[in-house]
Amino acid sequence: MEQSVAIDVSKLGKTYDGVAAIQDLSFQIRTGEIFALLGPNGAGKSTTLRILITLLRPTSGQATVLGHDVVRDADHVRRLIGYVPQERAIDRFLTGREHLLLLGDLYHLSKEESLRRIAELLKLVDLEGKADQPAKTYSGGMKRKLDIACGLLPNPKILFLDEPTLGLDVQSRLRIWDYVRQLRQRGITVVMTTNYLDEADQLCDRLAIIDGGHIKALGSPTELKSGLGGDIVSVTVGSAALARVEPLAAALKGLPSIRAISAKPTGLDIRVESPEKALPAILEVANRLACPVEFIEYHRPRLDDVFVAHTGHAIREEFPAAEEEA
Amino acid sequence: MNEYRQEIAALTMRWVRRLSREKFSMLFTLIQPMLFWLIFFGNLFQRAADVQVVQAPNYISFLTAGVVVMTVLNNGLAGGVDLLFDKENGFLERLMSTPIHRTSVILSRFLFVTTVTSLQVLVILGVAFLFGVTPATGFFGVAVILLIGMLFGVGLTAISMAMAFSVKSHGDFFSVLGFLSLPMIFLSSALVPLSAMPKFMAMLAVLNPMTWAIDAIRPLILTGWADALRPLAIVLLIMVAFDALCLYGSAKAFRRAIG
Ligand SMILES: Nc1ncnc2c1ncn2[C@@H]1O[C@H](COP(=O)(O)OP(=O)(O)OP(=O)(O)O)[C@@H](O)[C@H]1O
Ligand SMILES: [Mg+2]
Repeated sequence: MEQSVAIDVSKLGKTYDGVAAIQDLSFQIRTGEIFALLGPNGAGKSTTLRILITLLRPTSGQATVLGHDVVRDADHVRRLIGYVPQERAIDRFLTGREHLLLLGDLYHLSKEESLRRIAELLKLVDLEGKADQPAKTYSGGMKRKLDIACGLLPNPKILFLDEPTLGLDVQSRLRIWDYVRQLRQRGITVVMTTNYLDEADQLCDRLAIIDGGHIKALGSPTELKSGLGGDIVSVTVGSAALARVEPLAAALKGLPSIRAISAKPTGLDIRVESPEKALPAILEVANRLACPVEFIEYHRPRLDDVFVAHTGHAIREEFPAAEEEA
Repeated sequence: MNEYRQEIAALTMRWVRRLSREKFSMLFTLIQPMLFWLIFFGNLFQRAADVQVVQAPNYISFLTAGVVVMTVLNNGLAGGVDLLFDKENGFLERLMSTPIHRTSVILSRFLFVTTVTSLQVLVILGVAFLFGVTPATGFFGVAVILLIGMLFGVGLTAISMAMAFSVKSHGDFFSVLGFLSLPMIFLSSALVPLSAMPKFMAMLAVLNPMTWAIDAIRPLILTGWADALRPLAIVLLIMVAFDALCLYGSAKAFRRAIG
């Protein structure tokens, strides 16, 4: 099935006071898909999103949303999209319903249409009970739901979600994933940012890995994973032997069955053609270098492996040792 | 045009709603301090103030014009605060992502601040009336007082909003505000007529648009049209220039911030 292009981004760049936040981004988002920008803090996700929703002018390149240029035809673009910002953009003094009524007027809906949609949306996000209380009495998750209802009020062709599940508990995250899937079923294109690998993996049709303002990889989670080829052998060494990890990596580099090696805090992740062949070789080298292997396993590539392979680092630093202590 | 009206009405209603929810701050930060000035200082300095110097039957009637303009000053300079908070918590971004005219938010703010300020000026004139201060030029004079207040208020609100859009943190905003407002009051004819000021102060006070607003309002309250016409003509010119300057500056700041 040939899908049409909803968003076309070409050589997009933005500098803040001479510092580049994003550089030379090019990608397309297809109609009806859930598309994610996946990257660590400061990668340029929100910047990209803000340009697409016409709140920021790009310093170079261009972008079109459903054929309309986001700079020259900004007003038209605003009529086609909904936006859920990263920060909880909520007025504590207004009730949930008043937020939606306000936005109804800003999208120039008639009173009846506005009330009809508000009733429907409050039900969808399960806020009917709290709709007439000031937002300062809402929990974080309720505010997020209100945010999402606000984004959906204009009945947008494309919904932009900036980190929709940041800081939410597991249940709320799963519910929001459910909403997002429902939206896709209703034919809405969803563009979101996230720095959660599992979110990108399970929710998105396609994703772009963005790091340091550059796109490092683009494709469906499955494509990206199989694109790595082979499997990942994960070696954990005893904490006393962490100094031997580097010579181990150097020694392994030459072996024919090994494709790539990346360090992690507790050892090495080794990308191999076939684990059956590589495992004995790896153990043999470790043995020769007197590097005690505490734990070794292999698995099909996961999205975190994809991320590491394309950016050279993990999406966020992990401190397993600290967790054990606590 | 209809859409524009719908947006501005909705945005203005939001400010009204917020104010009505913040009853405490409405009462204490807006109305009270100025009435305090009027009632407390009006009576306190009654004996200290020389009727010859202030050229008024009593100090409270002299002070009324100053308190009216101080109210305009405070409300105007604080007029951008809510936009500052909107900017900081992302609400402004949400508003600007909707297909509203780029000027609607600002216009709603002007409308709201102007209306609230006018109501407060009426309250102050009402309280002054209870203390025996009857505007010499009657209802029409009161209307002209409101007009001067609006003209001055628009420029001040523009400055405040421009600051809200350009400051990096809201600490900066409030320091500049504090830095501006007290000297504006003391280097004006609000508390003492220019003729009674030391030379250098009087020279600075002449450069303060607030002085001109007060000097036009004062005869409207104290003496009558004959004395008021000349300062009125001058203040209208000054306010038009002041507003033009402030609006030009704030439009630039706004364009830089919102694109
Ligand atoms: N208004 C601004 N002025 C100056 N620099 C900015 C501004 N906004 C963002 N930046 C910089 O641009 C880069 C990208 O920021 P952006 O907000 O797009 O990141 P992000 O991927 O959304 O991160 P996060 O996951 O933390 O939300 C960062 O280095 C940030 O410091
Ligand atoms: Mg962000």
